[in-house]
Amino acid sequence: MPRIGVFVCQCGNNIAATVDTKKVAEEMAKIPGVVYTCDYKFMCSSPGQETLKQAIKENDLDGIIVSACSPHMHEKTFRKASEAAGLNPYQCEITNIREQCSWVHHDKTKATGTVKSIDLTRMTIQRLKKNQPLKKIKIPVKKKALVIGGGIAGIQAALDIAEGGREVILVEKEPSIGGNMARLSETFPTMDCSQCILTPKMVEAELNENITLYTYSEVEKVDGYIGNFTVTVRRKSKYVDEERCTGCGECIEKCPFKVESAFELGLNKRKVIYTPFPQSVPNIPVIDAPNCPKIQKDKCGACAIVCGPKCIDFKMEDKLETVEVGAIVVATGYQLMPNERFGEYGYGRIKDVISGLQFERLASSSGPTGGEIRRPSDGKVPESVVFIQCVGSRDEKKGVSYCSKICCMYTAKHTKLYSHKVHGGQAYVFYMDIRSGGKRYEEFVRGAIEHDGAMYLRGRVSRVYEKNGKIIVQGADTLSGSQVEIEADMVVLATAVVSREGADGLAQRLGIGYDKHKFYNEYHPKLKPVETVTAGIYLAGSCMGPMDIPDSVAQGSAAASKVLALFSADEMAREPITSVVNKVTCNACWDCLTACPYTAIERDAIKDRKGNIVKWVAKVNDGVCQGCGVCVAACRSKSIDLKGYTDEQVFAAINTF
Amino acid sequence: MNQVLMKIPYYPGCTLNTVAKQFDSSARDSALAVGFEMAELKQWNCCGATFPLAPDNLMGLTAPAKVLSGARKVGDTLTTLCSVCYNVLKRTNSVIRESKEKRGVVNGFIEEEYDGSLSVLHYLEVLRDRVGFDKVKGAVKRPLKGIKAGAYYGCMLLRPFEDVGIDNAERPTIFEDLLKALGAEPVEFPNRIECCGAHLAMNDEEVVTRLSGAVIDSAAGMGAELVVTSCPLCQYNLEKSRGAGSSNGVPVIYFTQALGLALGQDIETLGFEKNATDVMPLLKKKGIA
Repeated sequence: MPRIGVFVCQCGNNIAATVDTKKVAEEMAKIPGVVYTCDYKFMCSSPGQETLKQAIKENDLDGIIVSACSPHMHEKTFRKASEAAGLNPYQCEITNIREQCSWVHHDKTKATGTVKSIDLTRMTIQRLKKNQPLKKIKIPVKKKALVIGGGIAGIQAALDIAEGGREVILVEKEPSIGGNMARLSETFPTMDCSQCILTPKMVEAELNENITLYTYSEVEKVDGYIGNFTVTVRRKSKYVDEERCTGCGECIEKCPFKVESAFELGLNKRKVIYTPFPQSVPNIPVIDAPNCPKIQKDKCGACAIVCGPKCIDFKMEDKLETVEVGAIVVATGYQLMPNERFGEYGYGRIKDVISGLQFERLASSSGPTGGEIRRPSDGKVPESVVFIQCVGSRDEKKGVSYCSKICCMYTAKHTKLYSHKVHGGQAYVFYMDIRSGGKRYEEFVRGAIEHDGAMYLRGRVSRVYEKNGKIIVQGADTLSGSQVEIEADMVVLATAVVSREGADGLAQRLGIGYDKHKFYNEYHPKLKPVETVTAGIYLAGSCMGPMDIPDSVAQGSAAASKVLALFSADEMAREPITSVVNKVTCNACWDCLTACPYTAIERDAIKDRKGNIVKWVAKVNDGVCQGCGVCVAACRSKSIDLKGYTDEQVFAAINTF
Repeated sequence: MNQVLMKIPYYPGCTLNTVAKQFDSSARDSALAVGFEMAELKQWNCCGATFPLAPDNLMGLTAPAKVLSGARKVGDTLTTLCSVCYNVLKRTNSVIRESKEKRGVVNGFIEEEYDGSLSVLHYLEVLRDRVGFDKVKGAVKRPLKGIKAGAYYGCMLLRPFEDVGIDNAERPTIFEDLLKALGAEPVEFPNRIECCGAHLAMNDEEVVTRLSGAVIDSAAGMGAELVVTSCPLCQYNLEKSRGAGSSNGVPVIYFTQALGLALGQDIETLGFEKNATDVMPLLKKKGIA
């Protein structure tokens, strides 16, 4: 006969107001196998836990039930206390008589809450009787991390992990790390120069001996599970030997061909052999193969002729490299929505209608105009600039439903930069609302309006067209209730921040979730903001949604701290609530394999002594299994059970009625 | 030439049978010249004009539904010219196709079994998608060389985009592409997709004068010497409101008149005399007439 203890919590008045806890305890004492019951004001308090420990020892209990709040709240607390008293922690079960019981019943005199609590606790007792003591799963951990994306969030994560003494591989798909932040001129709200605060970090990442940079590389395949990932990285051919290149730049100098620069967003040209920007890290050029006449039709080859260390190899091919890591941080960042979708604003048709990121390049001292605000069509300094906010954001019909969060701030910054650089120039801003939540953000916007004289107009723009060399912007000013028409020299669109192209593909390779906008899902939006549902994979920065630099950096550090915590022990312990396959009855239909959302199920061969395969069966990888139970439902031959929630236990609970 | 002509069922609508006869006749003649025949429905009624556009009353849909169900009996396509008729027919068609419930009510009322399987095309779409602007260009005998022409879309050809849009609602090009094929120089002017004032012509002329005047001024401001329309109501409003601005000299014609002209039809047959504005001085100036 089992020896079970039942502890009913009053939770102050949370439970006791509608549930007669004393009565519940008394009723439970009548059930065979229950040898100890009590009710107490706060079971989770220190004295409450002491009561529990003492009762276990004194009554030699082999299983206990705490009827209290949701197991999400205190299951851990009570299991720990049980363990301290010498009980297998998984012999401690929680009955939730608060959230779905005491809170939803009102009248204690009618005793509905009490009756329900009695029923629920009785079910748990029957379930507990069928419990097996479980042991935590131990998994070896490879103490090396992979960071995908070399923007500011990824750089920060890599640096923090490296400083914690662990090795990091930082994968970046462009030839240089730096991400979108490398494009920015100044940053809000402090107006420090983006390059000045970013490049030291980029250099640090390059020099840190714990960090290996894989630039011009992409993650192609991810296998394994927490602590034990095997990742295949495609290292795209640079056509330049990274080991020997000194970064002298002679090849770039001599290359006779120019194409539009993607880094400069079409505002400038670059050579066919190039580094994206002067401060690139690593400072090693790559050849843009589709545009290189030597590679395409064996003409030219000037770069190879002038290269001193002879490191150019036109025959170089992509390499696939396999790395083994224990944790992955995904920090793939954002891009802007293609503006061409908004015909009414004339983007793509009128040369001087540009995006916010393009304006950053115009204002950047390393940009195509050397930091002078000059419009793209004729290089004229614009006397007036119209900024249009919410282009695509908060526009379910044509764009995205969400607010892009950073545009109010960067538009205010643009107007400041413009007024500082072009004295006497007038900036106009069309806005829907101003969203400037953040430390010193509101003051910053007020400064743009009051100190730097930006004219803010609340309303939308209906049409932008060219007339006599000017750009006419027609819109509404809803505060004065009038139509306005502004003659501008340049128009800047604060285009919606969207997820990176291909973000969904990467998520599928990693086995992490994403929303309908293809932004990656955190495990819990408040309490697990950098974790994903896949253990061992963490998130940082704007791959999760629009985010500014301070938040991206904070998340990079947060993800790094999660990785370092994981790497702090040689083995990691995991909850043992996983599926288990009955090899005898499994008939290898593989329904579980298709149903499993975590790819935790593998094919396993059963062999005889001679090594001949006798039978194929499903096998659960404990390292990956999250205990969701989908495979149990999918199994046709009832060969899979979830530990802690076996069919036998569930039926025992139901049979109490 | 012994070519079998493509026959496309055609719904003229009331206006084209009365005050906009030149729109109708020039379209029919031009169609023959580029290889198709406008086969007018044997029986048709008013499309319902603005009434079917009210979303809360199914009664309005009965008139256009009757037209559609009649047309379905003779073919799978229906073409029309007037922008309002086009808008009404196309939207009614998609309501009937998409909503089983509304289809049932409307069919019950008109005692037909129409399922929305017709494809409703504007004449411009027929030219672009069935004939092809290249073929139109090949058939041009009297290129509109040197004429800077502004294409006026109005609202009904483009919105609501999901239901009727024959082109990008914010930046359409179909009309300009046609004008280019005819040898003219299309002028993209900002007000080409603004409203002309529509039926307000009947009770608030001032609004129409302001809106339509802005359209003409906008076209003239961008250098247009001619404005081309696809809707009798737009045509009426634009012609009537020309006095609003500084651009009195800009004539307004139907696009089918421009088409007929370029395809070399006899100028007398194009009905320019029925227009309220006189295009002849411009044509003479350009050496076309």
